[in-house]
Amino acid sequence: MSDSRVTWSKYSSLQALYPLAGRLIPWCAGAAVLFMAAGLYLGFFVAPTDFQQGEAYRIIFVHVPAAWMSMFLYVMMALWAGLGLGLKARPSFMMAQAIAPTGAIFTFLALLTGALWGKPTWGAWWVWDARLTSELILLFLYLGVMLLHASIDDLRRADRASALFALVGVVNVPIIYFSVRWWNTLHQGASVSMTAAPKMAATMLTAMLLMAIGFWLYSMAVILMRLRCVILERNSQPRWNQSAVEPGVKEIRA
Amino acid sequence: MSQAGLGGAVGAIVKRDLLLAFRRRADLSTTVFFFIMVASLFPLGVGPEPGVLRAIAPGVLWVAALLSCLLSVGRVFTADYQDGVLEQMVLIPHPLIVMVLAKVFAHWLVSGLPVVLLSFLLGLQFGLEGDALAVLALSLLLGTPTLSLIGSIGAALTLGVRGSGMLVALLVLPLFIPVLIFGAGAVSSTVSGIGAEANLSLLGACLMVALPLAPWATAAAVRIAVE
Amino acid sequence: MKWGSLSEFLAMGGYGFYVWVSFGTTALCMVWEVLSLRRRGAMALRIESSEEGINHG
Repeated sequence: MSDSRVTWSKYSSLQALYPLAGRLIPWCAGAAVLFMAAGLYLGFFVAPTDFQQGEAYRIIFVHVPAAWMSMFLYVMMALWAGLGLGLKARPSFMMAQAIAPTGAIFTFLALLTGALWGKPTWGAWWVWDARLTSELILLFLYLGVMLLHASIDDLRRADRASALFALVGVVNVPIIYFSVRWWNTLHQGASVSMTAAPKMAATMLTAMLLMAIGFWLYSMAVILMRLRCVILERNSQPRWNQSAVEPGVKEIRA
Repeated sequence: MSQAGLGGAVGAIVKRDLLLAFRRRADLSTTVFFFIMVASLFPLGVGPEPGVLRAIAPGVLWVAALLSCLLSVGRVFTADYQDGVLEQMVLIPHPLIVMVLAKVFAHWLVSGLPVVLLSFLLGLQFGLEGDALAVLALSLLLGTPTLSLIGSIGAALTLGVRGSGMLVALLVLPLFIPVLIFGAGAVSSTVSGIGAEANLSLLGACLMVALPLAPWATAAAVRIAVE
Repeated sequence: MKWGSLSEFLAMGGYGFYVWVSFGTTALCMVWEVLSLRRRGAMALRIESSEEGINHG
């Protein structure tokens, strides 16, 4: 993509952000591939077999980093959303919008790999455990943010409404997590001992951390790619922005 | 902006919303009948064994209450949004949070309170008695205001959005989960003889958290929608 | 190297299905996300350069 082809109308800060993001993407992507390759090598060829779970435990090399990213990205999205609401800064909203789909994908992956790990380990695809249930709720919250943004035509309003919902969600996730844990202790019959996270060898932990860093770098690259798309799409839709932009040119610099 | 002026405005909003609700009696009765119907369908689906019914009663009645709240809460602001009253509410000198709180209170009077009262009747249908019935009503009394408060956030966020009914459900239902857990937990722990204090206190805590925070978020969402 | 042969590696001690579906889906999602964003970016750029004359002329 040649940046010179884009004609910038009014966002001076976006004009700088777009090529900056473009320059960062290859570095993030390259580093992501390296870290994930190292993590996979360590995870599959160096890390020993777990004596309790056999080889099935290797799923955690993708499950745990995906779950971490799903939560980390939600907090990041909420931070950008809050920043956007506080400073009335459009790039912050765009950042939040760019983070949401990647976060949702990682949440989906965490759920799927969790089920695939649970089946051989606990004998059930799904267990109503606090962590799994909260992850499911997290997916609903991501979908809520994205759908709310998509169903409001006025972009300025869509940005602010979905940002507000992201903030409401971030307050609620800990409460939901606590309530489901509470519920789980009430219904002992259904719960399975979940502290089955095996006593991990150092290589297992290293492999997991390498994968997590790789996932984080991957997220950076993909989010910046999506940010560029969002910037471009908004730049070429002045009819939607017109009313919002005129009084807000200064806001954008924030 | 005297204190009396503020109180008068709140009173006027509550009175007006109640009047509107009673004028549109169909809407009002839909919510109540929905609660009764959903709760009454379960014994037909599950079977009439008293033991089973007593075991599922807390969850079923609470889910039914939650859904009937969801059914009506999405429209809390719709009429005011369409005829421009909401815009004026934003403009008048009284704090918008208090106006929002008045509207939520009116919604609870119309949809939450009937559910609390009817729960005695429906609880009997499920074979609950004595303490369990009282705790059911008490948990609904503590829980339904929280549902109205949280629901109003979703209602304000989706003002004027196409297909807003489904969207409100998606936004709000995950946030209802703690209330559902503590509410149904209070009743089922009474049934099993553990005592409901812990669950009821947590339910009260939810209300105490939602009471200041939810109207604040709703007011912000109303501003976003109206501006 | 802890694996004796390729088939032993693929079998994952009997858990091959669970392990490879996990890693496979993750890889697929990542590849799909990158490809779809590339397409989206190219499309946005095309629209941008074709509308140039109308919007900014």
